[in-house]
Amino acid sequence: MNDQGAYKPFTYYQLMETSLRELLVEKGILSDEQVNAEVAAMRARQPERGARVVARAWTEAAYKKRLLANATAACEELGLEIPGLHLVAVENTPQVHNAIVCTLCSCYPRVLLGIPPDWYKSRNYRSRMVREPRAVLAEFGLRIPDGTQIRVHDSTADMRYLVLPMRPKGTEDWDEARLAGIVTRDAMIGVAVPTVTGG
Amino acid sequence: MPKLAEPPAVAAKFKAGDRVRVRKTAPLGHIRTPFYIRGHAGEIERLCGAFPNPEELAQMRSGLPAQPLYRVRFRQKEVWPDYRGPDSDVVEIEIFQHWLEKA
Amino acid sequence: MIERGHHDMGGQPAGKVERTEHDYPEWERRVDAMVQLLRTRRKITVDELRKNIEALPPEAYDRLSYYEKWISSLTQTLIQRGVITSDELGRKMEQVEQRAKAG
Repeated sequence: MNDQGAYKPFTYYQLMETSLRELLVEKGILSDEQVNAEVAAMRARQPERGARVVARAWTEAAYKKRLLANATAACEELGLEIPGLHLVAVENTPQVHNAIVCTLCSCYPRVLLGIPPDWYKSRNYRSRMVREPRAVLAEFGLRIPDGTQIRVHDSTADMRYLVLPMRPKGTEDWDEARLAGIVTRDAMIGVAVPTVTGG
Repeated sequence: MPKLAEPPAVAAKFKAGDRVRVRKTAPLGHIRTPFYIRGHAGEIERLCGAFPNPEELAQMRSGLPAQPLYRVRFRQKEVWPDYRGPDSDVVEIEIFQHWLEKA
Repeated sequence: MIERGHHDMGGQPAGKVERTEHDYPEWERRVDAMVQLLRTRRKITVDELRKNIEALPPEAYDRLSYYEKWISSLTQTLIQRGVITSDELGRKMEQVEQRAKAG
């Protein structure tokens, strides 16, 4: 923004945020404590949550079945709060690779993965992911063989999607916590796959 | 939290496996049916449930009765004639019933 | 273009995906928090917010950052709902700015 000397101005939008918040507090609609608590709650929503769900599904077949049947209930089973949200877990297999996009805005499984990364909300990702997913995935360093079907999920309405990646070979004797450590956010969006090195 | 009463909902007309076509129209307002899929035919993957109509919610109305919402699966090659990738690739989109007709 | 909204970009030509990320500053996190709190208190719906983001001029839609769009849309929605008035907002903005200048 413009440099106006010692006075460091708010941007117009920061000014709007402060002003709106103060008005809502004055009117008794929100309190600063509630806003701060909500900020803290959102900070606590990190991809580690989703990774726990994936690792459990990798180690317990019955849980995986429940996750694929009703992801909201399966997450709640692990003590994760899924307020008023319909989660759908989509499973990667040697035959099918799933990837998530929201072409209309930025729908994302925030309760499991946190606030979406900038690129997920970018024009380039939103425009191209539905039309040339293989090219976009290649830009992420992920090459999907032609024998594997790509299912792109455009989250347009009330469902939120979580990709259940394939468990990598070489992890057969790993415990759940160690497995969770290699499940990245990008793997749960479907633009990466977990590797034994966690890269 | 007490369980809320189910809101009134429109009856579901389609079931998994049905062939449907997305209506090809471009009204004004807040529309959750992506432009690129209008006019294309696909297959119902599942009924997701019934949800208040977002076109109405956006205008501060109730959106009731709730509209059935489906996940519809489309073959990429049918959506994009120049699609580069195998015939098996698909895109799945959530679409409300009032945007769908029997194909 | 009205027929296809500027936000409705699935399948449109676009460039390479730049894998950008940034750590969200506090004011952006507070915008996020206000949206979530007002939604769960049923003061607004997400579709009203989306409608007001989609109503931004294309130039602004592309130029504004994510949370700049959200705060604009949230504020617009609360004016439309009658929760706040434009006059209240304008006066509060003057006051906050004066306070900041006074340090």
